[in-house]
Amino acid sequence: MAQPQMRKPVEYFLDNKKFLHPKLAANYGNWKYHDRPRPGVLHHVSNTGDEVWTVRAGTQRQMDVHTIRLLCDIADQYAEGRVRFTIRSNIEYIVSDEAKVGPLIEALEKNGFPVGGTGNSVSMVAHTQGWLHCDIPGTDASGVVKSMMDALFEDFKKEEMPNRVRLSTSCCEINCGGQADIAVIIQHTKPPKINHDLVANVCERPAVVARCPVAAIRPALVNGKPSLEVDEKKCVCCGACYPPCPPMQINDPEHSKLAIWVGGKNSNARSKPSFHKLVAAGLPNNPPRWPEVNAIVKKILDTYKADARPWERMADWIERIGWPRFFEKTGLPFTKYMIDDWRGSRYNLNASNHVRF
Amino acid sequence: MAKQLHPTPMLDQLESGPWPSFVTGLKRLAKDKDYVVDLLGHLEHSYETRKGYWKGGTVGVFGYGGGVIPRFTEIKDEKTGQPVFKDAAEFHTLRIMPPPGMHYDTATLRKFCDIWEKYGSGLIALHGQSGDIMFQGCTTENVQPAWDEINEMGFDMGGAGPAVRTAMSCVGAARCEQSCYDEAKAHQKIVNNFLDDIHRPALPYKFKFKFSGCGNDCMNAIQRADMAVIGTWRDNMKTDDELGKKWFAKHGMNELINDVVNMCPTRALQVKDTKDVRKDAHISAVAINDTQSLEIDNKDCVRCMHCINVMTGALGPGKDKGATILVGGHGHLKIGATLGTVVVPFMDLKTEEDYDKLVELAQNIVDFFAENALEHERTGEMIERIGLVNFLEGIGLDPDANMVNCPRSNPYIRTDGWDEEVARINAKKQAAA
Repeated sequence: MAQPQMRKPVEYFLDNKKFLHPKLAANYGNWKYHDRPRPGVLHHVSNTGDEVWTVRAGTQRQMDVHTIRLLCDIADQYAEGRVRFTIRSNIEYIVSDEAKVGPLIEALEKNGFPVGGTGNSVSMVAHTQGWLHCDIPGTDASGVVKSMMDALFEDFKKEEMPNRVRLSTSCCEINCGGQADIAVIIQHTKPPKINHDLVANVCERPAVVARCPVAAIRPALVNGKPSLEVDEKKCVCCGACYPPCPPMQINDPEHSKLAIWVGGKNSNARSKPSFHKLVAAGLPNNPPRWPEVNAIVKKILDTYKADARPWERMADWIERIGWPRFFEKTGLPFTKYMIDDWRGSRYNLNASNHVRF
Repeated sequence: MAKQLHPTPMLDQLESGPWPSFVTGLKRLAKDKDYVVDLLGHLEHSYETRKGYWKGGTVGVFGYGGGVIPRFTEIKDEKTGQPVFKDAAEFHTLRIMPPPGMHYDTATLRKFCDIWEKYGSGLIALHGQSGDIMFQGCTTENVQPAWDEINEMGFDMGGAGPAVRTAMSCVGAARCEQSCYDEAKAHQKIVNNFLDDIHRPALPYKFKFKFSGCGNDCMNAIQRADMAVIGTWRDNMKTDDELGKKWFAKHGMNELINDVVNMCPTRALQVKDTKDVRKDAHISAVAINDTQSLEIDNKDCVRCMHCINVMTGALGPGKDKGATILVGGHGHLKIGATLGTVVVPFMDLKTEEDYDKLVELAQNIVDFFAENALEHERTGEMIERIGLVNFLEGIGLDPDANMVNCPRSNPYIRTDGWDEEVARINAKKQAAA
């Protein structure tokens, strides 16, 4: 019997020229400078004298088609039918007529899309999939982000921080959310619970053994069946064994805790790019609003806002005042868990007489 | 008319507050779709029990080995083994590559919506952390017809699993005066070169490209890309006296000293009387008023972008543009997160041939990775294991002092090839002169 004819995919990665706003296409590679007339609006001037205004608005990232169509209606009316998205899921409208900026902002805000996220604001949180779609989520992502952005709404709409503040949220230590000035990451705190009945059927045991970064997993015979065992003293609860072997359950409603990290920065401006560092852990996974997490994020932001100098990112500010002062000013306790003991950790220790009192 | 909503007291709380709510969006979709009614029930169950309930599997489209993220429910009735939320028992995602810079026209977005309303849940994430457009929520049966229509529009599927992944580029030359190369062109050429490695996963692990037009690195490439292409320039910074004076008139001397001069990481900036500005090929200056200038020693500048960010237009990237290439950024578990390392301090990106050379370098790096990395090992981990020198020799790049923060400090090294290496480098220098 003949198989139904399957359509072969067309493999081709597209050019973006046809999607560009006409003024962007006309001035491609020929921009001279930009300024920010108000929060949420960028004004770019070309060497030809052409000008465009970009209006940036926050979205919920996971959008239903009705929301996207509404955003398109607004683009058709005010922005010549073109939009772009930022890496943090903000939407940008580009308009070539300054007179349309005000009505565009009004239309966005009337429909519930806050305008902001530019310059020294707290931008939308880069985040992961969480309980909505991930296969190894310790927590949700969209919900945590919604709670955080509700609390930081005014900081998104205003440019009142010393420098830009970028946040991220990740639903496990793999940290798909990325590095940020403040990152919220769930942390597994107990070794995996093994369902020995399933291991032999589901898992390729040598692959799981090889996956462990601290060699804590060994093959074992349990109840007469081939399985795996974990040296719980060695285990760092990273969860890397779970994806290749789901019977090694790492998620735990009670013992999966949230942690907060600060001082990550991807820009090369001033200092080199840096990873974020641990400043708080053990926070409860407390849906739907995660108030304990929000309180600490807010406290860190308030301290940074009050204490940092203009243009200092979170990392630059901490570099200047030092970590002891960071913990003092934010009131967060410094614990033994913050002293790195991973590979290369001695580079993070203080080999000097530089001490702050 | 869809079935009755499950009670969702916890999710309901995420409809309050000023930020746009994804829950409100889901409820709007649930009015017409049993699929989303059950998805909301599924998610509420996670909120109640604080656990996730999706497991992976294998779902794909004809001709490709990756690009669909399969999800099957694990919430099953204890007695019957049947899914509790049967209409949302399958919730697969299609990863689709966005245009460079994530620019769209509304006709395209509306067509996406029509397709996803017809075949999927109606939920689209713009965009996932890999940069893909995530068409979230589809049954196994509907994956192929949805994909066929998206592909007919001219869009291709992104990477998943041990493959070259969907790449990302910043807004770039389309709207940014700091852009130092044609990011969209580099992005497009590289992705088109690696389509086979994107669609048919056959590498040791994932490999990501990201393109940022300047050191501000808006695409987070140094931290997240196995190969990061970061725009930069070699000659003197561009200056504009008129915009310099305008900036100074608005901001004044205190801000110039505190926010610009003092924040230069290499102390390449000084305020001087214009008549005292040094006359040298690598010195440039921008006027701040009729008698004073900001002097820039471009030999000391590391193109960090800070002063240009503060005084946009008054200062700008130079004309001799290209990119710095870094390799090995990643955030994965084995050795902790690693930043990319400089492997090419400067690569010209002006002519078509320059871009071809970039693609050639990328191909060399991916080939070396494919042959030498261990299973489930990222490029950065491989480089840590074998050492940067072996990696450089493997892809045929010469060492450069820009690749390190400082030379080695530990004495345990064999140097019996020293004389030959010095001779080789000197010969190469002479040949180039």
